[in-house]
Amino acid sequence: MNPESLSFIFLSAFLINNFVLAMFLGLCPFVGVSAKRDTAFNMSLATTFVMFVSSTCSYGINQILIAFDLEFLRLISYIALIASSVQLVEMVLKKFSPALFRALGIFLPLITTNCAILGVALFQTSREYDFLQSVSFSLGAGAGFGLAIVLMAGLREKLELSNLPNITQAAALSMMLAGILSLTFMGFAGLGGTNA
Amino acid sequence: MTQATKKETPLTLDVFTAGIWKENPVFVMMLGLCPVLAVTNSVLNSLAMGIASIFVLVCSNALVSALRNFIPKQVRITTYIIIIATFVTLVDYIIQAVSLDLYNKLGAFIQLIVVNCLILGRAEAYASKNSFTKSVVSALGMGLGFTLALVMLGGVRELLGAGQLLGYQVFSTQFEPWVVMILPPGGFIVLGSWLLLINYIQQRKTGQIIAADATAHCTVKP
Repeated sequence: MNPESLSFIFLSAFLINNFVLAMFLGLCPFVGVSAKRDTAFNMSLATTFVMFVSSTCSYGINQILIAFDLEFLRLISYIALIASSVQLVEMVLKKFSPALFRALGIFLPLITTNCAILGVALFQTSREYDFLQSVSFSLGAGAGFGLAIVLMAGLREKLELSNLPNITQAAALSMMLAGILSLTFMGFAGLGGTNA
Repeated sequence: MTQATKKETPLTLDVFTAGIWKENPVFVMMLGLCPVLAVTNSVLNSLAMGIASIFVLVCSNALVSALRNFIPKQVRITTYIIIIATFVTLVDYIIQAVSLDLYNKLGAFIQLIVVNCLILGRAEAYASKNSFTKSVVSALGMGLGFTLALVMLGGVRELLGAGQLLGYQVFSTQFEPWVVMILPPGGFIVLGSWLLLINYIQQRKTGQIIAADATAHCTVKP
């Protein structure tokens, strides 16, 4: 049992220990899908949804594994769970929003290998959050991921218009930008407790 | 055993060296960035992470390549992930047994090797199409390239952020540690700087071509 309050867990995952900028989780979509703001926003919605589903389910699965003394299967069952929830999101999107489905392209199945999602499941297990705390944690993490990727997309849209030297092409400049964003987010460090 | 496999290119040194520099997973292909930034606040952590990744990469690619004719196409990704997760669980327990201290430092990032896009990417793009030996050699090269990148980052960050290398004091006590380099922003900035440097070197090497259409390049896309 972890004594942290729900609001603190949310805020901590959202701002203070932002998943992308302070814990380096989910960098592939952060670099890959942050070229346009709309796509970035939709990506963050899809990711948050998968995070929420997989976090609640993994809480249940973890209880079962503990009951049967099978903790060594945790990693394998979590990843299988995430893969199937991504499949679910993919089918729903394909049916209801083909345009978005095409826009996300290869990055949709790659949500499976988004470390932020497995990260949520693993951290909530290691910090022994109960059910409500897990929900709050996953929503906070998803919101934090969304905030980071949308901010980044906004910056990169502005970059398109500016005249840059040759060597800053591709990811080099994105990394620098992310560094500056991360520096800004360190300003939130005083808001609550430190890293757990 | 069927001999009906497609004619393959022979195993050359190139298969091994490609991963180390020309197709370096971190600097060129930008794969598996999360552990690259998260654990590289010291050389020792980077090295441990690199070795763990090499082990998982080589073992999983070997198994995927050995089973490549038996895995049905539709469920291949799931199969790969489960193969990878098995080896990661192994590594997780091994590191716990060898050094609990190191395990605590690396934290969840050992388990997060499962979702390292580099490993799944190589399984899908290379091991599932090539022979056993070639896959193992290529995985070894890729793993070494990955470790090299980790150590390059970890070295700079530890040197600037703590004035040490592998725990030994390099700078005298007068040196004021540049703490931000060990903190999260430092990871992004150091990686960005390495990428800038590598882009610069590449540009110098192929200067003729880039210089020729430099103007066109600048106007099309920054």
